[in-house]
Amino acid sequence: MQSQAQEKKLALSERILLHVEKPARYIGNEINSVIKDPAQVAIRFVMCFPDVYEIGMSHLGIQILYDMFNKREDVWCERVYSPWPDLHRILKEEQIPLFSLESQEPVKNADFLGITLQYEMCYTNVLQILDLSRIPLRAKERDESHPLVIGGGPCAYNPEPLSDFFDLFYIGEGETQYDALFDLYQNIKISGGSREMFLHEAAKIPGIYVPSLYETTYHSNGTIASFSPVFSDIPVRIIKQAVTDMTNVVYPEKPLVPFIKVTQDRVVLEIQRGCIRGCRFCQAGMIYRPTREKDVDRLKELAKKMLKATGQEEISLSSLSSSDYSSLEELVTFLIDEFHEKGVNISLPSLRIDSFSLDVMEKVQDVKKSSITFAPEAGSQRMRNVINKGLTEESILEGAGMAFESGWNKVKLYFMLGLPTETAEDMQSIPKLANEIAVRYYEIPKDKRNGKCQITISTSFFVPKPFTPFQWAKMYPPAEYISRAKIVNDAVKEQLNRKSLKYNWHEADVTVIEGILARGDRRVGAVIQNVYENGGIFDAWTEYFNYDRWMDAFRQCGIDPDFYTMRQRDADEIFPWDFIDAGVTKQFLWREWNNAMNGSVTPNCRMQCQGCGVKKFGTGICMI
Amino acid sequence: MTISMKIRIKFKKYGIMKFIGHLDMMRYFQKAMRRANIEICYSAGFSPHQIMSFAAPLGVGITSDGEYFDIEVQHTSPPEEAIKSLNDTMADGIEVTDYVILPDNASNAMSIVAAADYDVSFREDQKPPASYAQFLQGLDLFFYQPQEVLIKKQTKKSERTIDLKKLVYEIRAEETDGTISFYMMLSTGSSDNLKPELVLQSLFSSMGLAFEEDDFKIHRRDVYADDGKRRIPLGEFRG
Repeated sequence: MQSQAQEKKLALSERILLHVEKPARYIGNEINSVIKDPAQVAIRFVMCFPDVYEIGMSHLGIQILYDMFNKREDVWCERVYSPWPDLHRILKEEQIPLFSLESQEPVKNADFLGITLQYEMCYTNVLQILDLSRIPLRAKERDESHPLVIGGGPCAYNPEPLSDFFDLFYIGEGETQYDALFDLYQNIKISGGSREMFLHEAAKIPGIYVPSLYETTYHSNGTIASFSPVFSDIPVRIIKQAVTDMTNVVYPEKPLVPFIKVTQDRVVLEIQRGCIRGCRFCQAGMIYRPTREKDVDRLKELAKKMLKATGQEEISLSSLSSSDYSSLEELVTFLIDEFHEKGVNISLPSLRIDSFSLDVMEKVQDVKKSSITFAPEAGSQRMRNVINKGLTEESILEGAGMAFESGWNKVKLYFMLGLPTETAEDMQSIPKLANEIAVRYYEIPKDKRNGKCQITISTSFFVPKPFTPFQWAKMYPPAEYISRAKIVNDAVKEQLNRKSLKYNWHEADVTVIEGILARGDRRVGAVIQNVYENGGIFDAWTEYFNYDRWMDAFRQCGIDPDFYTMRQRDADEIFPWDFIDAGVTKQFLWREWNNAMNGSVTPNCRMQCQGCGVKKFGTGICMI
Repeated sequence: MTISMKIRIKFKKYGIMKFIGHLDMMRYFQKAMRRANIEICYSAGFSPHQIMSFAAPLGVGITSDGEYFDIEVQHTSPPEEAIKSLNDTMADGIEVTDYVILPDNASNAMSIVAAADYDVSFREDQKPPASYAQFLQGLDLFFYQPQEVLIKKQTKKSERTIDLKKLVYEIRAEETDGTISFYMMLSTGSSDNLKPELVLQSLFSSMGLAFEEDDFKIHRRDVYADDGKRRIPLGEFRG
């Protein structure tokens, strides 16, 4: 009666799958997913993005490591994402252990559970993953039967708030040391060595941090007095890992293709890593240094292969600042000529608006529907100098003017509030700039423009991050952030073209929590656990975030949240993340902090080397 | 103007793929066309889309041996080769079983759909609430004897009364190896679309039995057009 090919066994019953939202989140089976025979592999690795499937599947880093790990015959890398609260409840009630998508077997049976840490507000989801997998939350409570839990990604540059929950962290770019880690694991496994022995030896691999092998002491004022390894053969400093041959480094030629619509539903072509700009608030711009380009011929070949292997209808360039890629014109022309006729969309995020980009956008977008985007980040030139964002009002007006002449009438503007040294005048400059853009639009004769213009202003609140020149900065209480948004909102209403302006601002409560987690130390771990145990998951989602639950947790754990947010740090304070050598030196960052305070602009890497410290990696822009 | 050809593709959907809904299946096949190098035609305009139309949407949780969609292509390789290149790139649980080049004047699949037939059986862990004999009797009283079988059908906008006598072309209970299932051939398409769950629910309620949609597995056998004389599977229909 029914066609019966061999049916894959699922961890969840049909009854459960037919009752949860989007069952496709939990069944695997995607095009280009990898199935191996468990009997033929020595190492089972489960890679986790601790957020919902649609977000996790959009992440490039996991696709790279998934491909790289599975290229090894002895490793089977699978995936798991955070079960949405509907399934979370069912897994708890029916006592079903969390499972990986490919084998549908319990995560707990793996050798490694790798969790990527992309933003702080997913920390409670990390605990959800461990809990649902039935892995003890605290690393010291785990034994030989449990997977080794390894963290990576940008938030691992300050791993301390999560140090209780991870056996090890990988600091830097995953392409470089996982082979060494897997080889070590194999050797220790064969020789019958213990978990403890493995961790001790792993800690000697460059870039690997095993938090249980380090101790922290504190001054009476709460700041760190010392941080050091407990054994003499364990490195004092952890060097971040950076790929040195960006062109030839492993890259997935057959990315996964989800069945359901995900956030990044397209092929992603990473054109370069790092950024030459040196914006002082931007962590990515510091930790991914030095800027390294992929050769344009390799990119053309990758684009062809990835589109063929996925059948995706869109390709997106990925980088922190696409306009700085030296062969951009050649690459984009190739993509348009080769693929646009075949119905493939080309998306070009992070492009500077100039005649070239507008010309390209006219070819690949519907001018009437799309908008052009600027991220001045600050409204006044003074403030932009403080943050070292080299975008001037003239260049914004010129770019917008060109776009308007070509038919665009929608502009999106992104800013931050709560930056160091910010004054009411800086805040009021935001709507003024938006108004100037509208003025520029209405200079076009009525018969040549496309109705009214729409200028959307969005502000987020600035959160100081480790390894940035602003790592010394203080934050503000939630009410202060809201009052700053109000100053902007009031100023919007005073503008001549107010009817063409729209203003959105972010929540303030979550900003404060993000700030604590970003620069927190080992003591903050207890707070995260308390929040999770009191029902906190999906804190990155407005509908699930609960500020009071976090404040209660601080109270119950006897930890003062203001210690992490309300202080401007001293020059010589030891930060929780100081043991990591991210390439950029603390001296360089301090120099940049002082430049910020003086409002002086620092030239970008292409203009003049600033001696930030990453030249020692011997690659990329530093070698030109 | 380039001349295009109309193609009708038939596929099976089973196993894990039953959890993938109709809209996602459309997206899935759009990508599959590219992976398999099918030279599909695109619409004009700023965001061109593939010329592709599905015959009859299949609900989440339902398996099928007879799903159809039509495409237009610039050129085509012989059907066996096209089937092979499509199947080389299918996910587990989808299999292309036919690839038919249609006459130029053929109507599109969606417009000719008249019926679909289904097997509905109890899940393995579900004990039938009545015996086979009771179901036979129930069907007789509910469906075969009356002149009309009026039930209420809830649509997104309104509720209307329909006569199952006119829309259920065949219905019978079956027993194989002690398991009970139902076979039904139902009116399908844009005007009088009938779902097997609704028919079964009405039968159960006429017998005074509780009905839980979850207790059943539904499998679609095929989708049919009607040439005025008989029902013909879409893959064999040339009108």
